[in-house]
Amino acid sequence: MYDVIVLGAGPAGANAALEAADNGLKTLLLDEQKVAGGQVWRAKSKSILKAPSTEASEKGDELRTKINQSAIEVKFNSRVWHIEKQDDDTWLMASDAEQLTAKALIIATGSQERIIPTQGWTLPGVIGLGGATVLFKEHMMVPGRRTVVAGNGPLVFLVASEIIRLKGTVAAVVSLNNRIDWLKALPSMLSNPSLAWQGFKWIFKLYKMRVPVFWQHGINKIEGKEKVEGVTVIKVDHNWHKSDQAEQYIPAESVCYGHGLMPAIEATRLAGADHHYDELLGGWVPTIDKYGRTSVSNLYACGDNAGILGVSVAPMRGRMAALAVLEDLTGKKHNKKDLKIFDKAKKIGLAATALSIPRSGLQSFITKDTEVCRCECISRREIEHEIKTGALSPNAVKSGTRCGMGPCGGRYCSESLALITQHISKKTRSEIGLSTARSPLRPVALDDISNEIDYDKLPIPGVSPL
Amino acid sequence: MNVIFDIAVIGGGNMGCGAAIRLAEGGMRTIILEQGDIGQGASGVNAGTLSLQIKRVKLMPYAIKGHEEWQNMGAEVGFHKTGGYTLAFNDREAELLYERMTLKKEAGANISFVSDKELIEKEPALARKVVAASYCGDDGYANSLLSGQYYRKKIKQSGISFLEKFKVIQIRENSDGFEISSGGQTVVAKRLLLACGGWMKDIAAMIGADLPINARINTVSVTERAPRLLNSIIGHATGLLTMKQKENGTVLIGGGWQGKGTPEQGRGNVSLETLIPNLQLAKFALPKLSKIRIVRSWTGFEANVPDFYPLAGRLANKENVFVLGCVRGGYTIGPYISKLMGDYILGRQPEMPLFDPSRDFK
Ligand SMILES: Cc1cc2nc3c(=O)[nH]c(=O)nc-3n(C[C@H](O)[C@H](O)[C@H](O)COP(=O)(O)OP(=O)(O)OC[C@H]3O[C@@H](n4cnc5c(N)ncnc54)[C@H](O)[C@@H]3O)c2cc1C
Ligand SMILES: Cc1cc2nc3c(=O)[nH]c(=O)nc-3n(C[C@H](O)[C@H](O)[C@H](O)COP(=O)(O)OP(=O)(O)OC[C@H]3O[C@@H](n4cnc5c(N)ncnc54)[C@H](O)[C@@H]3O)c2cc1C
Repeated sequence: MYDVIVLGAGPAGANAALEAADNGLKTLLLDEQKVAGGQVWRAKSKSILKAPSTEASEKGDELRTKINQSAIEVKFNSRVWHIEKQDDDTWLMASDAEQLTAKALIIATGSQERIIPTQGWTLPGVIGLGGATVLFKEHMMVPGRRTVVAGNGPLVFLVASEIIRLKGTVAAVVSLNNRIDWLKALPSMLSNPSLAWQGFKWIFKLYKMRVPVFWQHGINKIEGKEKVEGVTVIKVDHNWHKSDQAEQYIPAESVCYGHGLMPAIEATRLAGADHHYDELLGGWVPTIDKYGRTSVSNLYACGDNAGILGVSVAPMRGRMAALAVLEDLTGKKHNKKDLKIFDKAKKIGLAATALSIPRSGLQSFITKDTEVCRCECISRREIEHEIKTGALSPNAVKSGTRCGMGPCGGRYCSESLALITQHISKKTRSEIGLSTARSPLRPVALDDISNEIDYDKLPIPGVSPL
Repeated sequence: MNVIFDIAVIGGGNMGCGAAIRLAEGGMRTIILEQGDIGQGASGVNAGTLSLQIKRVKLMPYAIKGHEEWQNMGAEVGFHKTGGYTLAFNDREAELLYERMTLKKEAGANISFVSDKELIEKEPALARKVVAASYCGDDGYANSLLSGQYYRKKIKQSGISFLEKFKVIQIRENSDGFEISSGGQTVVAKRLLLACGGWMKDIAAMIGADLPINARINTVSVTERAPRLLNSIIGHATGLLTMKQKENGTVLIGGGWQGKGTPEQGRGNVSLETLIPNLQLAKFALPKLSKIRIVRSWTGFEANVPDFYPLAGRLANKENVFVLGCVRGGYTIGPYISKLMGDYILGRQPEMPLFDPSRDFK
């Protein structure tokens, strides 16, 4: 039995584990990736090891060295698919066929991309903004020869400028945010000048390269027969609803596209924590105290899954969660210095997240025939029919249409479903709620989760009454 | 709401909705009160097995009628009559199978014992470790996911009022009948039908009835779409495995393994301790499942009383309070027994006897 298991070895989780181990707690750090670093401090793949390092890869290497030198036990390539509270208040988790137990559990699963569909979004050649950053970091590849980068939030400009750094061509940047949104974010970003500077450096770079930037525009349609051939872009109103102004066509071979990040909350939901909707934190988040204690005893959350605040505060959030565990398990108090620094840093994160908050008009991009659930091929038309005949909760729509019942478990379509429901029912996101969280957290093959059995040893309980 | 309903049905599962439809047809002004969404309790999350082979002997006539009801509901509820095999993997199970299926056959189910050869021919993907098997051509399944959609439509057509997200927390008796409150809203009705599934004990307590009800928490899992592996529904001599492959290729695995949690605490959770053997048993019976991925495992609540027979009738000393629940295999039997219940409340003689909820359970 571990004192604490940390799920997720990004900046938040890895630092939580370091702090816990440094304080003498028996600590296990788990991640489904090959090494620590999470999304942002992702390691380079073997084939590009000689390539020049970036700030992100350096920070990642530094973190990986620290972990190696610590007393942390690590388990990578470890897919956690089940979490369960045991009767004695400890935690039981399953990572493939292995079962692990701990007194406390820190969830640091980070964020996931939000992608609201538009016509043609399932064509080959379309990838998410987050997915694009993985290509850059792991493989130093660009998505295609001429790329349109679109959506909202800072990632749009980061991705466009990375494509240029890697000698690709950006056909256009299509930003739902307008310049004023960015100016509004400026004052809080300036409290961390290097970060603010970075954002504006990306934008300057694009202007210098004469990349057309369409402010307050969205992609109306991604065109192409077998793969992307171009996009049409259209102006949006303040709610990001499509306007009736003329569209413009841009030839392109690939599209990077996304609508900000949202907290990856499946694990905290499966563990039974209370969650609430907070637009400013990126959507649904576990309800936590300042240190990351959730509503469930011995369950903690830190990092972007507890609200999108970005990488600058993630390590601090991780350390704070570990200190809370230390206090709760051993009664050892710690100084509150961290809290003040955290409050200041949090402001910067919130400003960046503000650019990422999707607005309700985005639903207008999902036309009736657009596929909302890719796993089960469910269109908006089918979903609307279900809602209009009385299915008002995500569970009810899901049951009737199979929207969200495929291998991704609704991870990708739940946001679109909520936007559509909101549009029809006029309810708030909190009122609409979420569909029930269930195991497995990731699809798992039967062979991967259970060893061969001796039939006669199966713990078969009494037979059913005759 | 100033209306006084003839009857308020608490619980919008297939028991409550089925009875409400019968009551409305009989002329009663009916309202359904549901804490969540219509048809999202046990009726919306169960394994959907319609099998005479797993029905209790004494309930067989009800189950046979239930099958007829499902057949009539047809495509709208995803009904498929595939036939079903029940398997025994050792001598002890074979004996059990023989003894049980003989009795069920005598009770009217169209069950026969089949040879190894026939089984292998019909279900070639099953493990070649079967010692004995029985078959029933009337068995099949329906899609419980469609319960909500189906019943919502039917109750609307029948002019039944319904309130979703109406969690009954208090019931008061007055001269008009009953004041049923969710805290915020109040509904008044002359009669009550309690059809609240796994939650029955607490609701009955609200009107002072102490029923010896236990909640069970059953586990079901579903795989990703797989190539065709099964043509019929599959059961196990002990009742601890059910499998069916739906038209879309997904395989549903059940068998009543118990998860964790209580109806009061929320939706409950699967437990590794029972989920793993449930899946191992499935893999043992159908080895090709090994490489297929599970995409979701979940639980649902059902209720039972010590003798495992239904509660269906009038509460003792409560002229106007009726109970319908605790039916083993209640998805199969629900559409039929709820009609009987409706008839009884309407003062008609039900086609088959009901089950006195105030009986002695020992
Ligand atoms: C695709 C993507 C790309 C991004 N790119 C950038 C970028 O280039 N620059 C930037 O500033 N920000 C980027 N972000 C945001 C950035 O991820 C966060 O700000 C920062 O990494 C937060 O750290 P974290 O520790 O909270 O989460 P993360 O770094 O996301 O770490 C979470 C870790 O948990 C692991 N995990 C999750 N679930 C499980 C499970 N069930 N079993 C096992 N392991 C699990 C994941 O593999 C991951 O390693 C990106 C986000 C995403 C989703
Ligand atoms: C996982 C599982 C698998 C099963 N598999 C099968 C199978 O394969 N074949 C078969 O024949 N049977 C099966 N069953 C049994 C069958 O599903 C049930 O017997 C049947 O659905 C019960 O119907 P019901 O209407 O009584 O209960 P439910 O469908 O649970 O309906 C009761 C309703 O009452 C509502 N309610 C409760 N409390 C309140 C309150 N205070 N206020 C308002 N509303 C309230 C609930 O929300 C619920 O919707 C299974 C059961 C489970 C749980």
